[in-house]
Amino acid sequence: MDKENKVFSINELAEYLKVSKKTIRRHISSGKIKCSKVGGVYRISQDALDVFLNPDGNFSEPALNINPEKGEAKPFPIDSKVPFGSMENKWKNHKQNINLVSPANKRLIDVIVVGTGLAGASASATLAELGYNVKSFCFQDSSRRAHSIAAQGGINAAKNYQGDGDSVYRLFYDTVKGGDYRSREANVYRLAEVSTNIIDQCVAQGVPFARDYGGLLDNRSFGGVLVSRTFYAKGQTGQQLLLGAYSAMNRQINRGKIEMYSRHEMLELVTVNGKARGIIARNLVNGKLERHAAHAVVIASGGYGNVFFLSTNAMGSNVTASWKIHKKGAYFANPCFTQIHPTCIPVSGENQSKLTLMSESLRNDGRIWVPKKLEDVKKLRLKKIKPTEIKEGDRDYYLERRYPAFGNLVPRDVASRAAKERCDAGFGVNKTGEAVFLDFQSAIIRYGTEKTHSLGGDQNDKENVQNLGKQAIKEKYGNLFQMYEKITDENPYETPMMIYPAVHYTMGGVWVDYNLMTSIPGCYAIGEANFSDHGANRLGASALMQGLADGYFVLPYTIGDYLSADIRTGKISTDSPEFKNAERDVLEKLKGFIQNKGTKPVDYFHKKLGRIMWNKCGMSRNKTDLKKAINEIKELREDFYKNVFVPGELHEFNEELAKAGRVADFLELGELFAIDALEREESCGGHFREEHQTQEGEALRDDQNFNFVSAWEYKKTEKAKLHKEKLKFESVKLKSRSYK
Amino acid sequence: MKLNLKIWRQKNNKTKGKIQDYILDGVEEDMSFLEMLDFLNNKLLNEGGEPVAFDHDCREGICGSCSLFINGVAHGPERGTTTCQLHMRKFKDGDTIFIEPFRSRAFPVIKDLIVDRSSFDRIQQAGAYVSVNTSGNTQDANAIPVSKEDADEAFNSATCIGCGACVASCKNSSAMLFTAAKISQYSLLPQGKVERKQRALNMVKQMDLEGFGACTNTGACEAQCPKEISIKNIARMNREYLMANIKK
Repeated sequence: MDKENKVFSINELAEYLKVSKKTIRRHISSGKIKCSKVGGVYRISQDALDVFLNPDGNFSEPALNINPEKGEAKPFPIDSKVPFGSMENKWKNHKQNINLVSPANKRLIDVIVVGTGLAGASASATLAELGYNVKSFCFQDSSRRAHSIAAQGGINAAKNYQGDGDSVYRLFYDTVKGGDYRSREANVYRLAEVSTNIIDQCVAQGVPFARDYGGLLDNRSFGGVLVSRTFYAKGQTGQQLLLGAYSAMNRQINRGKIEMYSRHEMLELVTVNGKARGIIARNLVNGKLERHAAHAVVIASGGYGNVFFLSTNAMGSNVTASWKIHKKGAYFANPCFTQIHPTCIPVSGENQSKLTLMSESLRNDGRIWVPKKLEDVKKLRLKKIKPTEIKEGDRDYYLERRYPAFGNLVPRDVASRAAKERCDAGFGVNKTGEAVFLDFQSAIIRYGTEKTHSLGGDQNDKENVQNLGKQAIKEKYGNLFQMYEKITDENPYETPMMIYPAVHYTMGGVWVDYNLMTSIPGCYAIGEANFSDHGANRLGASALMQGLADGYFVLPYTIGDYLSADIRTGKISTDSPEFKNAERDVLEKLKGFIQNKGTKPVDYFHKKLGRIMWNKCGMSRNKTDLKKAINEIKELREDFYKNVFVPGELHEFNEELAKAGRVADFLELGELFAIDALEREESCGGHFREEHQTQEGEALRDDQNFNFVSAWEYKKTEKAKLHKEKLKFESVKLKSRSYK
Repeated sequence: MKLNLKIWRQKNNKTKGKIQDYILDGVEEDMSFLEMLDFLNNKLLNEGGEPVAFDHDCREGICGSCSLFINGVAHGPERGTTTCQLHMRKFKDGDTIFIEPFRSRAFPVIKDLIVDRSSFDRIQQAGAYVSVNTSGNTQDANAIPVSKEDADEAFNSATCIGCGACVASCKNSSAMLFTAAKISQYSLLPQGKVERKQRALNMVKQMDLEGFGACTNTGACEAQCPKEISIKNIARMNREYLMANIKK
């Protein structure tokens, strides 16, 4: 029988199964047979039938959590709700089968969205557009300043405008492979599927993407892939996309469908009868606590890279919202999966407050190298020679040498480790020994020659070629070069950039099911705050894609499935004991900080935590160091509560108080991070365990024992409990990742 | 280096503020201006004092949070630079530096160097959008070609970070450059042209309601804009506004 697109009516199905129509109806009403109502009549899909006939089929096998000591097998405690059926049809069928809320009822439902980056802003706008009453929160002074704004390089989409062989499947495959086979396959496929809508949507909103001379959209290439599928707006793609989502939000604010609370920080999730029903937020201007109720709460507060203190995250980026829901019952997944981005400006001094990224797009045209000879390195450090004086033959373009197929465009984790390897071997080119060169000279000559040729100029006129080449580079990366020059006081058109890896993104995050709901009913996590799409390593230009996919096109559908049961609930009151208690707890904690008679500022602890994390849980990890890290973090946490000094008062603008709350959460997350890294006895993506590597120093995955998502359950008095969601790959074959 | 800092301190918007003197030793060349303030705050905290409050977030010149009037210039002496991108190598040992908040009636002080710029959000809410729904069921992105010149020009207008330097540096506290940048972006793109009239009318109306002043073509906004947004945008806005009024 043709499996594709077969749909049964009740009559047909009764005939096919040789049972009465009544039996079919009974199974439908009991939910055993899933069906959809089309124009008033029931229709059952082949996929639903398959499930009914074969409920224990291999695709519906529950994930196993095998306890080796007792030899007993327990299923993963929560259903990941991955739909059945072929990979291409999962999302389509799921959308057809989930419950919806009618437009009239949406008006009766309130949704809280915490965070206004790409995920939060797009979700707020779409939920409001659909008719829900939305309350949006951000700690910044305007929702437009969320850190998505700083994303530079671009956004992926399987449009195949360049005709270079791209497709939804290829984007999906690249993302799964790039994530080193530790992401949930069905989620990634959906991401690739909706990626094309994102570009259509953004263009319709007036996002000024780069275009070619024919007026059509331009693309460029990013690390880990062999096609050009990245859409961009110079080096400011995140800014333009966020302003697009911000404009969509503004439209809804103007319509009265979104209430915007800027300079507000969520400090607690309120659950009533196990369901998420609101938050406690602090107004950062007057310091007062506020209760906000809703039928569902969406966390879109980004990643936790600032646990390292120095990262490319904004100063205010924090884990607090995610951590608070974790402590209320949401599982935290794969905390040790962190992305160290290979091209950042190296650390310059002790008082540095943050690191600056240089977009990965630069690796399209920049070549990464260090000298071959240690004597050249010495001279460089003493500034006795300039990098441009080192001859071509004396340079080691180590990425091109080690990975000829992908060269400078290997994925981020691979490029970062390769830089560390060279620097550890003593070839670092700056005074701290932690920097490599990113050189644009060959690109300048290539573009310059091309341009000279098309203008009919003299290709031997080197100065002219150089000028035209520099102009071409400026067109593409102007603002990045300017940014580099401002920070380092060096002109990257004349001398190669110096770069070094830095913490950039966190693939780990709150565990969510296919509907993006956490393990707390009614509480959702989207964007960087969740864990699902990037596995152990994220490919460039995929974060923007995921944020917008979750916010514009996934959550607004899936949230209806849950909210359809809430249409008769009515307004949620903030006077319940649950709200009162939550507010009291928050207040006590804040008062504790103010009344503490400590002597050390918050930053002292944050910096110390950052050093532990970077040295022991950074680019490469080992058992001894991780164990040490766990103890050191515990000690630091005790010291923090004893000795932290927070000046000022509770009910006023008090940045130190806000920071203290965030660092307190980082001090707990950091420990779980190290525990997770210790448990995962394999190397995959950004998680590199020194004990598990090949002879050439490449990451060695262990699919036999670690092909799962580590979902941690918070326990108040004891160690966090590990649940394992086993990963299954139906469309992609697990193999070792090679970019050679 | 050793610096003589004169910083505006104000507890909240109900109390009066004043300039306070601080002498800060040990400032390094590689510090950014905000890292210098972190360094000062760390010193104040270690002495049990209250740190200076200032807005900041991304520290790479794109979020538009940081502000500061440094020696009478928005974002300090460097052109095309936000305060967070300004580095101390641009100053000398022994320099006196005045640090004040961005001042405008439409930007009330919250604390010390922090001002309330939500008036900017309200201007945007009045019409800085294309009324397209967010279903994703729009036409293909390449259905309407946009000439590269228009796309680039729209992009240049769209790079405004909403920091408010234009307002702070304008003797009239005018928000024309900010408002114009957004109106320009949309009027240059086919997607934005449909609503151009109503947009210009609504945004200008809101801008006036917020208490921003008028433009007298001084050009200070363009000179001190960290993203070097061109004053041409104001001309474009005036044209949009005029056309909208004529063809109402």
